[in-house]
Amino acid sequence: MLAYIVRRLLYAIPILIGVNLITFALFFVVNTPDDMARMQLGVKRVTPEAIEKWKAERGYDKPLFVNPAVSGLSTVTDTIFFQKSARMFAGDFGRAEDGRDIAREIGLRMGPSLAIALPTFLLGLFVTVTFALTLAFFRATAFDFWGVVLCVAMMSISGLFYIIGGQFLIAKMFRLVPISGFGDGLDAWRFLVLPVAIGVISGVGASTRWYRTIFLEEVGKDYVRTARAKGLPETLVFFRHVLKNALIPILTGVVVVIPLLFMGSLLTESFFGIPGLGSYTIDAINAQDFSVVRSMVFIGSVLYIVGLILTDISYTVVDPRIRFE
Amino acid sequence: MTGFQVVVLWSDILVWLLVASGIGLGVLVARSPPLLAAWRRVGASRTGMASATVLFAFIAVGLLDSLHYRVALDGKPGQKVQYGVEVLSVLDALAAPLRTRNEKTYSEPFATRLYAKETMDVPGAGAVRDYPRLKHGGKHLGEREDEVAADAGFTALRGAALAFAVWLGLAGIAAALAGGGTAAVDGPGWQRIWRGDAGFAWDAVLLTLLLMLLIAVPLFWLSGQYHVFGTDKVGQDVLYQVLKSVRTALIIGLVTTLVMLPVAVLLGIVAGYFRGWVDDVIQYLYTVLNSIPGVLLIAAAVLMMQVVIDTHPQWFSTAAERADLRLLALCLILGVTSWTGLCRLLRGETLKLRELEYIQAAQAFGVSSWRIILRHILPNVMHIVIIALVMDFSGLVLAEAVLSYVGIGVDPTMTSFGTMINNARMELGREPVVWWSLAAAFSAMFILVLAANLFADAVRDAFDPRAA
Repeated sequence: MLAYIVRRLLYAIPILIGVNLITFALFFVVNTPDDMARMQLGVKRVTPEAIEKWKAERGYDKPLFVNPAVSGLSTVTDTIFFQKSARMFAGDFGRAEDGRDIAREIGLRMGPSLAIALPTFLLGLFVTVTFALTLAFFRATAFDFWGVVLCVAMMSISGLFYIIGGQFLIAKMFRLVPISGFGDGLDAWRFLVLPVAIGVISGVGASTRWYRTIFLEEVGKDYVRTARAKGLPETLVFFRHVLKNALIPILTGVVVVIPLLFMGSLLTESFFGIPGLGSYTIDAINAQDFSVVRSMVFIGSVLYIVGLILTDISYTVVDPRIRFE
Repeated sequence: MTGFQVVVLWSDILVWLLVASGIGLGVLVARSPPLLAAWRRVGASRTGMASATVLFAFIAVGLLDSLHYRVALDGKPGQKVQYGVEVLSVLDALAAPLRTRNEKTYSEPFATRLYAKETMDVPGAGAVRDYPRLKHGGKHLGEREDEVAADAGFTALRGAALAFAVWLGLAGIAAALAGGGTAAVDGPGWQRIWRGDAGFAWDAVLLTLLLMLLIAVPLFWLSGQYHVFGTDKVGQDVLYQVLKSVRTALIIGLVTTLVMLPVAVLLGIVAGYFRGWVDDVIQYLYTVLNSIPGVLLIAAAVLMMQVVIDTHPQWFSTAAERADLRLLALCLILGVTSWTGLCRLLRGETLKLRELEYIQAAQAFGVSSWRIILRHILPNVMHIVIIALVMDFSGLVLAEAVLSYVGIGVDPTMTSFGTMINNARMELGREPVVWWSLAAAFSAMFILVLAANLFADAVRDAFDPRAA
């Protein structure tokens, strides 16, 4: 088991290097730092001196990969690639356009992101699994049919509609909760109720349908027929056998997103003014703050790879038949 | 007679290429009995055909909007003809009243007056603060502004009557078609359709068609006299914007798949068939791309594309061309981030197929690898490709709205559901509430995506061998 985890971790290293190279190519080779400077300073009437100054302030004035001007190890380290890209492995993300340290900012904003994402994830999982189980229990009835119709309709509605509509109805019309904002400590719950509820509802359609098919697949298996043949009542068949076995693919399927919860949600956070990583990313995109976007791409990839490893481990933990050699 | 110059945008080429490949696919399907049988199953599905009818209506609007031209400006005779900078489409020409009859700012659906009060000079009464009369909405009524409901109702009724007459004609043609085929049950065509055993879900198609005609014809008629869906901040008709958004949504949904399909199919099959180091390299490639969260990769790529476009203004002769290229670049970026799923599916399926007897027999006969892939593997993974194609569509349409909201979607000057929502999002905070642009954009998108989802389900049920 331990050897397996170590091997998976080693396998993650080339992938991370690949991600790093792709982001580097995207940010520095597609466009030269000169183009970025012109973008930030305004396209027209920019003096070459202003561009040079902008580049020097941010350390973009170095060569891309090899710096022949300095000697020793510095030929490789005193370059844009090493300074801006390779150092991300050590958790050094540099500074944003406004001069703040990105790593510190990320640490500060992780909390609010998690405060939204974690309840949404847990509550959403509970609601959808329950709903899907109910639909599967009443399979091939009118209830099941209309339930599926509802799911298809719900997944055809834009996520923006849930947010805009929910905000308008609950916060503006009924004035039950504040429209947006975030508070510290226990007081935060008033700000969290609506985004969490909207997050749960907007995910119901697609996941419920998916889980329902998993349940139905499980219902058709031989051990379920055996359980019924023993004379077990249908409710017991469902809760003791079907639920347990269907939870294996469901839970292992959601493990991959757990680390990504730290990243927060772009839309929800920006609509509700929550100072998390999602709104941080959106602000960076709108301000064309390349170093922040670059850092977020890297962190997102790291978290996704962690999720993949956790998924593989969870398979072996949940299902003893699976052994990775 | 003013002349015009045909403008072919890059996206137009791709759209018509898609139409051509659709027809080509149809010919291929007609020749292959198993594919034909699968599509017959789709044709027999009521929800499938009803949603296909709706999708066809959207596609028709999109195609009309994909024939572009520039109008010649009036110049002196003998002078070299100059063309206007505005690129128009056939849809623009058909909906010219909608496009040109702009108001000053917001007005409600069927309103005759503006949404906000203004100070006006009334002869005899001096400066008066009141809601100004609209320039175009309900103009034919003159002073009888309180008769809007009666007038609109009467027009709608006339439109509905016309729609019903048209529908009766179409239903007659359908009945003749259904009667001509060789079905198991005898009887005239309309009876078979009524009983639902014509082999093709004519009843669903006709019912959907009736519903659409009953909505579209009165809407078309009314839109000549009123702003049926209201006007937006700069006074543009919301119905016109909805119609223009359809093309953007279709391009995002279809061209993206077209762009990524060759890559995904080729790499997926090659990885599964050759295994070894080829498989390792391809797997590494898609794991790396997959590791970067989609939205962030799109954001990064779009930001970079923006810099390229902004620093090279000399590439584009009109604003429409710039917006068009940006749309295509967005499709390309979405394609790069979304091919991995299909590639993985195809790899897995090919791994299974290559162990089957008929492939091994072909290998034993000395058939070359590429020929085996082309003749034996590709046709047998086609169902996965088709299912993926229709399943991705709705997701991409929804994604466009979100991306445009985030600011990394289509060009702000290009009308799309996303830009409509983005422009209208602050309007719910106004007093009184401006709800119509949001409602129109969301409803149109909902209908399109719902139809696509239902059609995708019908296709999947027909093609998935496990479901049968």
